[in-house]
Amino acid sequence: MSKMHVSTTINGEPMEFLCEAHDSMLDALRGPLGLTGAKEGCGTGDCGACSITVDGRLICACLMLAVESEGKSLGTIEGMSQGGDLHPLQRKFLEMAALQCGICTPGVLIAAKALLEHNPNPTETEVRFGLAGNLCRCTGYDKIVRAVMETAAEMRGAA
Amino acid sequence: MNDMSNKWIGKSTIRPDGAEKVTGRAAYAADTSMPGMIWGKVLRSPHPHARIISINTAKAEAHPGVKAVVTHKDVVDFPLDKSVMLGIQDMRWMCRNIMAREKALFHGHPIAAIAAISEKVAAEALQLIDVEYEVLPWVIDAEDAIKPDAPILHDFIKFDGKPSNIAGKLEHKLGDVDKGFAEAEVVVERSFRTAPVHQGYIETHACLVSVADGKATVWSSSQGQFMVRAMCSYLTGLPQSDIRAIPAEIGGGFGGKTIVYLEPVALLLAKKSGRPVKMVMTREEVMRATGPTSGSFSTVKIGAKKDGTIVAAQGTFYLQAGALPGSPIRGAAGCAFAPYNIANVHSLGFDVVSNRSKVAAYRAPGAPIGAYGVECVLDEVAEKLGMDPLALRLKNAAKEGTKAAHGPVFPRIGFQETIEAAMAHPHYSAPLGPNQGRGVASGFWFNAGGESSAQVNITEDGNVVVTTGHPDIGGSRASIANITAELLGIDYKRVSVLIGDTATIGYSNLTGGSRVLFASAMVVTQSSEKVITQLKERAAKIWKIDPEAVIWDNGEARPAGANAGQFPPLSLKDIAAKASETGGPIGAGVQLNTTGAEGGFATHICDVEVDPELGTVKVLRYTSFQDVGRAVHPAYVEGQMQGGAAQGIGWALNEEYIYNAKGQVDNPAFLDYRMPVCSDLPMLDAVMLEIPNPKHPQGVRGVGEVPLVPPLAAISNAMYRATHKRFYALPMSPPRVLEKLEQAAE
Amino acid sequence: MTDTRYLAPQTLDEAVSAFAAAQGAARILAGGTDLLVQMRAGVATPGLIVDIKKIGEMNRITENADGSFTVGAAVSAVSLADHPRFGTVWPGVLEAVNLIGSKQVQGRASPGGNLCNGSPAGDSVPAMIAAGAVVTIQGPNGRRQMPVEAFPAGPGKTNLAPGEILVSFTLPARPAGSGDAYLRMIPRTEMDIAVVGCGVSLTMKDGVCIAARVGLGAVAPTVMLVEDAAKALIGTRLEPAALAAAAAACSAACRPINDKRGTIAYRTKVAGVLLKRAVAIAAERASRS
Repeated sequence: MSKMHVSTTINGEPMEFLCEAHDSMLDALRGPLGLTGAKEGCGTGDCGACSITVDGRLICACLMLAVESEGKSLGTIEGMSQGGDLHPLQRKFLEMAALQCGICTPGVLIAAKALLEHNPNPTETEVRFGLAGNLCRCTGYDKIVRAVMETAAEMRGAA
Repeated sequence: MNDMSNKWIGKSTIRPDGAEKVTGRAAYAADTSMPGMIWGKVLRSPHPHARIISINTAKAEAHPGVKAVVTHKDVVDFPLDKSVMLGIQDMRWMCRNIMAREKALFHGHPIAAIAAISEKVAAEALQLIDVEYEVLPWVIDAEDAIKPDAPILHDFIKFDGKPSNIAGKLEHKLGDVDKGFAEAEVVVERSFRTAPVHQGYIETHACLVSVADGKATVWSSSQGQFMVRAMCSYLTGLPQSDIRAIPAEIGGGFGGKTIVYLEPVALLLAKKSGRPVKMVMTREEVMRATGPTSGSFSTVKIGAKKDGTIVAAQGTFYLQAGALPGSPIRGAAGCAFAPYNIANVHSLGFDVVSNRSKVAAYRAPGAPIGAYGVECVLDEVAEKLGMDPLALRLKNAAKEGTKAAHGPVFPRIGFQETIEAAMAHPHYSAPLGPNQGRGVASGFWFNAGGESSAQVNITEDGNVVVTTGHPDIGGSRASIANITAELLGIDYKRVSVLIGDTATIGYSNLTGGSRVLFASAMVVTQSSEKVITQLKERAAKIWKIDPEAVIWDNGEARPAGANAGQFPPLSLKDIAAKASETGGPIGAGVQLNTTGAEGGFATHICDVEVDPELGTVKVLRYTSFQDVGRAVHPAYVEGQMQGGAAQGIGWALNEEYIYNAKGQVDNPAFLDYRMPVCSDLPMLDAVMLEIPNPKHPQGVRGVGEVPLVPPLAAISNAMYRATHKRFYALPMSPPRVLEKLEQAAE
Repeated sequence: MTDTRYLAPQTLDEAVSAFAAAQGAARILAGGTDLLVQMRAGVATPGLIVDIKKIGEMNRITENADGSFTVGAAVSAVSLADHPRFGTVWPGVLEAVNLIGSKQVQGRASPGGNLCNGSPAGDSVPAMIAAGAVVTIQGPNGRRQMPVEAFPAGPGKTNLAPGEILVSFTLPARPAGSGDAYLRMIPRTEMDIAVVGCGVSLTMKDGVCIAARVGLGAVAPTVMLVEDAAKALIGTRLEPAALAAAAAACSAACRPINDKRGTIAYRTKVAGVLLKRAVAIAAERASRS
């Protein structure tokens, strides 16, 4: 039994790793790739803590085989800030206390970023349904939703 | 210091651990690795109740990838006839909870564990362990477990002289309830049922343990590194001084991580294999084998006079302990009637064992169950009296001097203020539409003080490092930084707050009980005051004057008056730069068993809308009112209030453990264990009332737990007003709501 | 788990060959939102995973000359939503597909996979049945078509013959005055498996319903076409009596179970409630088309 070799791009950087055919992308990220920002909260696609983007599309890394990342471009939480600068969402989450224990935060940020990229002017309802795939047990979502909406306004103002 | 003109106390500063959390760098237990690390996995009982006849691990041990196998034989035995307490945990139950001994007591109970070169090999090798079971009949619901013909879990548990599944009883009495009920002009008696619910932390249990030369290092997701060290010591036999327990960043606990499941097992595997061992639970393991809170059935009876004075109150609460004794009857029986000044009270709790995972603490353990029945009955009493439900509570509200049924006389508390604030709030008088209803409820939680240690050290470049001893689950690092910056008179950004491990900070009790900020703020305050004394002494030395003639103000040392001398002020930086020549390092530590924590009170208002054809419920609006003492960091206090409300909404509407016909959890995943998602909730408004705790330097009261106490009844009472039907069981899931709506009108 | 191999063929013929050669030990991978969950639970242990996402026909959404739509089996929910025209013509089918799971799941899940998973509660299926979709299948013996309501065979089972792979759905051309809708009952607002799912497609002319199809999910071992419900609507002006009769037909068609998601009594009642509401939405859409 030999492993499969995968070449992919993560946060703009070319990366390679070895994996078994049945390994999920989350297994690969947290294992051979050492990118532990994506978390395993359930392993069944029900909590969103492992949210990443693949070719710009929001998915759960636990629901994708690692080998499928061959030739694709992935986005993880580790690539959300640029250089030393936090993304506006990251900054707003800190300012508005939109995180407590922080375990859901990488997934929520990736999902919120994807939401705003598709819909720069979401209503509260659109934000809530856009983040319905990300479970948070600490905050009750209130400050998360406010932070996303404020960031959207700020990003529209700056645009 | 209860001065409201503070610079940092009362500010929602950026949390020190925030940048790491938003960039994915924060190190949770499952994120850590060590060279040579191997993986541990647990073999779990396929039966809900069985005697263990034999465990044969020979084939597993012979597997080339397996490095160690452990069973109960490796765990220290605590004989059943001698209770050994560690905090509130009885080690007889803990040792059997982490690894089955005589019996498998629930489906999922750990039977053995393997450490192997990969998770895959470990999982495969588990199949090589042969276990012989004598399958026994099982029972799960508390009501079934107390029936005369119920299977008995433990022969050594007796009640009324006979073997029983009732493992304990707790009783509080005030006055004479029979006399009280005789005088009552209105009496309401109802029975209630709740299903077990899980704390729902998104991070599963995880740990990494390394044992080298008999000394262990334990990284784990835990609410108490000192508890981890002690538990590991008791359960493995290693002396505490040979165990270093390091708290990783924790991804939620809510009480569920105030005990251990994996750490002692991983330690034994690491010791036997000579390799660091990592163990991470799957979500399914969390749901099958870690402690949720109790399911319950209870009866509450309240009697009042026509003018609304409550004259008698009685509550009997049966709480499910799970497989081993220890349900939170203290919280149920003790908190249920505590918000009220009632002359005659009888509150009784029963601890009932049954074949499901042993319960663990969940945010104000037991209190939500007690309050659920009481606050629903109060709603009916108010209705019978033609009285506003908040007015009824206000009339009977506990105040300074009220004696609570569970013992203490209340000092200055803020319960009345929460009711008054609720009544005056626009939410209470906002109009409602068809199929909508508004409910209210109040609640109480004991809070706690307890042991805490802190160290405040000044760096050579004139900034501050604070080390505390409690894992941070609510934002305590930010609050401590606020307090330290305030006391020393310096910018918040110059204070670093870290959580020490068992080797680097003194003993500190668990993060739980709504005590972390209360206790750590006390020791940090005292440490900071000692540091200020040192700074003044150093300035005095530099100026060659008497230390009594120096004041510390706004981050600088100054001569006390013109007579002391005309010296320009010395800043913290200035003094730190001269630390060596003026006496050495500047810093102080304090360790205390803190006291003076007083209870927390809250009142909630909830609006719901019911779809009468589908039974689905939408929470339209939710406002919490709580006496928070002093909101050192307002956003994180709000965060506790909002988080508790959200958990309460889930518990009331859709969360429950569902068992199949084989005694197994049928919904061990987030798909069918239905916690609220973002689109299920409205904004959760939080009104913080600050009535400072006179026994605390900053006036702090614990805030973390009482938010989960009122929601169950607030939502039930709202459902009544939306549907004209009273609900007496949780969760109020759509099929149950629809069934109730179709019953004949009451 | 036995050693698993992974194959991502570029052509349908390759995929069919490999799949058929594996003789039941292979599973098809589109979005993986069911397969990976089943693999993790140990319920599926494929010796071979055949990833069909590189096959052109599987990924295409084509609006044909006659106005029908052909949607490849591997097309993701998000791709279907991004199509400029599909949601305008088939809003009910689109909303059904868009209800499968979260935004993250939508990024991967396909209606093809949803159908092949064989769950009686699959959200896309009642709407596909109501739409009158016809599926195209390719196997070792060549290509064939089947009406979508004949596809499910039981919980977790389909009527695919050994070695056959689902290739695409074709939704018929839409006459003027047509509208469709899908509603489901779930306890929360998202992230739940349907307790009952109801898809309705109507064609109205001068206020009279001249064509109707009703698909009902999660109330029987397979998703069903409820012909009696459609018959109760056709020829009427969708008055309360017609709706009541159609709702009753839906309730009568139910053969549900009691499980962790709903009771028999509840599902039976809700089937009728959803039917009425779905008809109202479909009719409103029909009036605008």
